[in-house]
Amino acid sequence: MIRFDHVTVTYPDARRPVLRDVELELPEGSLCLVTGRTGSGKTTLLRAINGLVPRSTGGLLQGRVIVDGHDTSTLPPRELADVVGVVGQDPLASFVTDVVEDELAYGMEQLSIAPEVMRPRVEDTLDLLGIADLRDRPLRDLSGGQQQRVAIGSVLTCHPKVLVLDEPTSALDPTAAEEVLAAITRLVHDLGTTVVLAEHRLERVLQYADVVVRVLDDGHVAHGAPTEVMADAPLAPPVVRLGRALDWSPLPLSVRDARRHATVLRDTVGAPPVADAPGSSSTALPLLRAARLSVRHGRIDAVRDVDLTLHAGTVTALMGRNGSGKSSLLWALQGSGSRTGGTVDAAGVDTRSASPARRRTLVGLVPQTSGDLLYLETVDDECAQADAESDAAAGTCRALFDDLTGGTVDGDVHPRDLSEGQRLALVLAVQLSAAPSVVLLDEPTRGLDYAAKEQLRVILRRLAGDGAAVVVATHDVEFVATTCDRTVVLAQGEIVAEGATAEVVCASPMLAPQVAKVLAPEPWLDVDTVIEAAIEAASETVSETAIDAAGDRT
Amino acid sequence: MRDRRAAGRPARAPRLHRAARPLHPVAWWIWALGLAVAASRTTNPLSLCLIIAVACVVVAARRTDAPWARAFRGYLILGVVIVMIRVVAYVVLGNRFGTTVVVRLPEVGLPDWAAGIRLGGPVTLEGVLSAATDGLRLATMIISLGAANTLANPKRLLRCVPAALYEVGTAVVVSLSMAPQLAESVQRVRRARQLRAGNERGHRAVRAIAVPVLADALDRSLALAAAMDSRGYGRIGDTSPARRRLTGALLIIGLIGVCIGVYGILDGTTAAAQGLPVLAVSAALAVAGIATARRRIRPTVYRPDPWGWPEWMVSASGIAVGAALVASSRVDPDRVVPTFDPLVWPALPMWSTIGILIGLLPAVVAPPVPDRRRDASVNGTVTPRTDSSALRHDRPGATSGLPDAAATELVP
Repeated sequence: MIRFDHVTVTYPDARRPVLRDVELELPEGSLCLVTGRTGSGKTTLLRAINGLVPRSTGGLLQGRVIVDGHDTSTLPPRELADVVGVVGQDPLASFVTDVVEDELAYGMEQLSIAPEVMRPRVEDTLDLLGIADLRDRPLRDLSGGQQQRVAIGSVLTCHPKVLVLDEPTSALDPTAAEEVLAAITRLVHDLGTTVVLAEHRLERVLQYADVVVRVLDDGHVAHGAPTEVMADAPLAPPVVRLGRALDWSPLPLSVRDARRHATVLRDTVGAPPVADAPGSSSTALPLLRAARLSVRHGRIDAVRDVDLTLHAGTVTALMGRNGSGKSSLLWALQGSGSRTGGTVDAAGVDTRSASPARRRTLVGLVPQTSGDLLYLETVDDECAQADAESDAAAGTCRALFDDLTGGTVDGDVHPRDLSEGQRLALVLAVQLSAAPSVVLLDEPTRGLDYAAKEQLRVILRRLAGDGAAVVVATHDVEFVATTCDRTVVLAQGEIVAEGATAEVVCASPMLAPQVAKVLAPEPWLDVDTVIEAAIEAASETVSETAIDAAGDRT
Repeated sequence: MRDRRAAGRPARAPRLHRAARPLHPVAWWIWALGLAVAASRTTNPLSLCLIIAVACVVVAARRTDAPWARAFRGYLILGVVIVMIRVVAYVVLGNRFGTTVVVRLPEVGLPDWAAGIRLGGPVTLEGVLSAATDGLRLATMIISLGAANTLANPKRLLRCVPAALYEVGTAVVVSLSMAPQLAESVQRVRRARQLRAGNERGHRAVRAIAVPVLADALDRSLALAAAMDSRGYGRIGDTSPARRRLTGALLIIGLIGVCIGVYGILDGTTAAAQGLPVLAVSAALAVAGIATARRRIRPTVYRPDPWGWPEWMVSASGIAVGAALVASSRVDPDRVVPTFDPLVWPALPMWSTIGILIGLLPAVVAPPVPDRRRDASVNGTVTPRTDSSALRHDRPGATSGLPDAAATELVP
C-alpha cells in the first residue's frame, strides 16, 4: 500500500538529512506505529506519505514514495486527498469550517462528490466515530478528544485508503485517548484502512500495532513486528522493559500479555517497600496554602472551593480529564490568572495582591504553551532578560539552563530552534531565576520522548530535594507514577481524590500505570524498582523472600 | 411566544414550518441591509433608536449560542464609542452653529494656511445634538450589520457566493478563522507576560507580545494551509490564466461600479437617475464575470440552505423597512430628517415608524433556533467515557459505537 524506495529527505540549510535511505513497505490494512526521539523525523516520514514533504515544507526528497500505485513526486497532496487522509497534531489548527457536520463534508465538497452521496457518508462517519450527537456543535466548543475524532472523521468521509495520524493522543487525557484509539483500531479491523501513526506514549498504542517503524537518530529507519523491534529499542514502554529485564518470551506488549507472565513475579516481589513519602507527613513545611479557591469563566465554574496545601520537598501531580480545571487552578494559585473566591497564601502573602514581579519570586509557573514566554532572538538574550526581570546576578539564568540541559546548547541558538525538551528547560530556567519556592508546570510532558521525560523527572526531583514544592499538571500516568509523591485528581473543578500517588492512581483503572496493572493488587509504580526487587529476590532463596515480604506487610 | 405555548401542549405536534432550523444567511443580510439603508436615510434620533431596538429584539429572539453569535454586545459597545467620538470631534473642532451655548472652550488660533479649521470656541447644544445624531446614524448602520453577522454564520454566507468569487471566499474564510485565534493568542501571550513580570515599555513591550503571537499565527496558517491542501482544496477548477484574468477583471470592475451606483442611489443629494445607469451597467459586467466563471466545475455544496417562505418574509421585511424610509424621507423630509436649529424636540414620523416596526417581523417568522441546551455538554462538563475495558479486547472498536449517546443522557 505504501512503499518508500530509498527515500532521503534533506531540509534546506540542514547539515544532514533528516531521513536517510529509507526502505519501507507497509501492507494494506495494517496499523503502523512510528516511534523515535523528539525531532528525529517522525513527522517528516508521515508527511512524506502524501507529499506534504517536500511540497509544503520545502527541502529535497530523493528516492520515491509510492502510495496505492501513485508516485507522490508526480501528484500534489490535493490530488491524493481521496487516497491519503492526514490528521495533524493540533486538530483545531486544521479545521476549515466551524460546525462538526460542515467539517466532515468539507473534503467531499472539494472532491466534487454529489450531494446525494455526501449525506449518507456523513451519517456513516458520525456513527462510526460516535459523534452523531455533536453534529451541529461549534468545533471550538468541543473537548480535545471530540475534536480529535472530528478531525479523523473529516478525512474519513473521503474514503481514504491510508490514514496518517501525527500524535493523535498527545494532548488527551487517558479516557479520551482510549476513545480515539478505539475508533482508530475499529477502522483498521472493520474497514481495512491502513493506518500510520506517530506516538511518544508507546504504552498507549504498542499493543495494537502490526508494524513498528523506528526512526533512528541518524535518519535511518528500522522496522519489523512489534516484538522484534521492541527487543532492543531504547524507547520502550514499562511492560516491554519489564519483559526484557526478566527475559520473558514472547516479549509482552500489553498489560494482558505481561500479566500472564507475571504470576510468579507477583509472588516473588510481594509488596513494594513503604516509601517515606516526603511532605505527606505533617512535619514538612507548608509553602502554599489555598483555601476555598474558586475560578469562574463566564457561566462555567472552572474551579470550585478547592482547598490545597503544598509542602516543601514534594512533587504533586494534578490530574483530571481535559477541561477539568487544572490550568485554571494553576493560574489561580500563581496569582496571574483570574480568581472569583478564596485565598492563596504563599509565605504570608496573597499571590493575587502581590505585584507580578513579587509573585514570581513566590510561585513560578511554566504555562502549557511555554513558547509564549520567549520572544528574543537568542538563548543568551532570553537569559539576560530573565536575569534583569528577576533582579538576579548576571548569568543566573544561563547557569540554571546549563544545569538543566547539561550545558549542551550554544547561547546563540534561536529559542524556536530548540527541541521541545530544551525549550521547556529554557522557560523553566527563566522562571527559576526568580528563585520561587513553589514551581507549577502545566502539561510539561507533552511532546517529550521517554529520555526527555526522564531528564525532566530528575530535574523535578532535584528541585523538590532542594526544598521546593512542585506541582505538575499532566495526563501522563507513567510520568506521575515515577515522579510524583502526591496526586490530586480534579473533576469539574473539584478535588475528587487526593493522597499519596500509589493510593490514588492504583485505585483507578484509568490512572494506574502499567506496572501497577501487571502486579495488581500490590501498588508497584515504577518499573525500575520492580526489576531491582525481582533481581534481588532471584538472588536470594525463595523462602527468605517470602519471610521478607511477610515482614514488609506487617 | 407561540413556541412556548406549543411546547406547553405536547399533544399537538408543532407545525412543519416551525421546525427549528437556521435561516438562510442571505435572508438575514437582506433584512439587515434594509435596516442599514433605513438608518442612512433618517437623522431622527427617535427613529434611529427604534431601528436599534428592532435589531436588538430580533437578535435576542433568534440568535444561537455559536461563537460568532456572541459578539453582538461588541457591536453595541462599538456604536456607543462611535457616538462619543463624533461628539468629542465636534466639541474640539466642529463647525459652530446654533445659539444655545453650553460651554465656551478656549479657542486656539491657527495659522492662516489652516483657515477654516477652528479649535475650541463656544460649544452649542444644537451642534452637540446634531453631532450625536450623526454618530447615532453610523452606529445604527453598524449595529444593523452586526445583527446580521450575529444571526447568520459568516462562513455559511460565503458558501452562497458564485463560483467566480470562490478564491476570494476562501481567503475570507481563512482570515475569518484567523481573527478569533489571533485575539485568543494575544490574550494568552499577555497573560503569559505577567508570569515573567515583563516590565518593558514602548516598542520592547509590543515586541514581547507581537513576536510570540505572530510566530503562533504563522505556525497556524501553515498548518491550515497544509491541512487544506491535503484535503483536496484547489484540486478542481483549473482554467486557463487568460480566462481567469478576464473573469477577475469583469468582476472587479463590475463590483466597484455597483458600489458607486448604490452610493449614487442612496446618497440623498444626487438624483436617482444618476445612480441607476451606473448600477445597471456594472451589474451587467459582474453578471458577465460570473457567467464566464460558470464553465469551470466548482466544489459541490453539502446540504445547501433551503430558501422557503420564512426567508422570503425576512428579506421582504428588510426591504420594506428600507423602502419605507426612502419613501418617507422624500415625502416628509421635515420630520424624517429634522435639524436641531432651531432647537425643538423631534416628532416621531408615523409612516416611517410603522415601516421600521415591520423589521420586527423576523423575530416571529424566522424559524426558532435549534435548542442546544438539550445536548449542551459544554467543554469539560461531560466527557464521554468508553467502557474502560475496551482496550483490553482484541477488537476494542466493537464497543466504542455509542459512548456519547450514553454519556449525554446523564446531562440534565
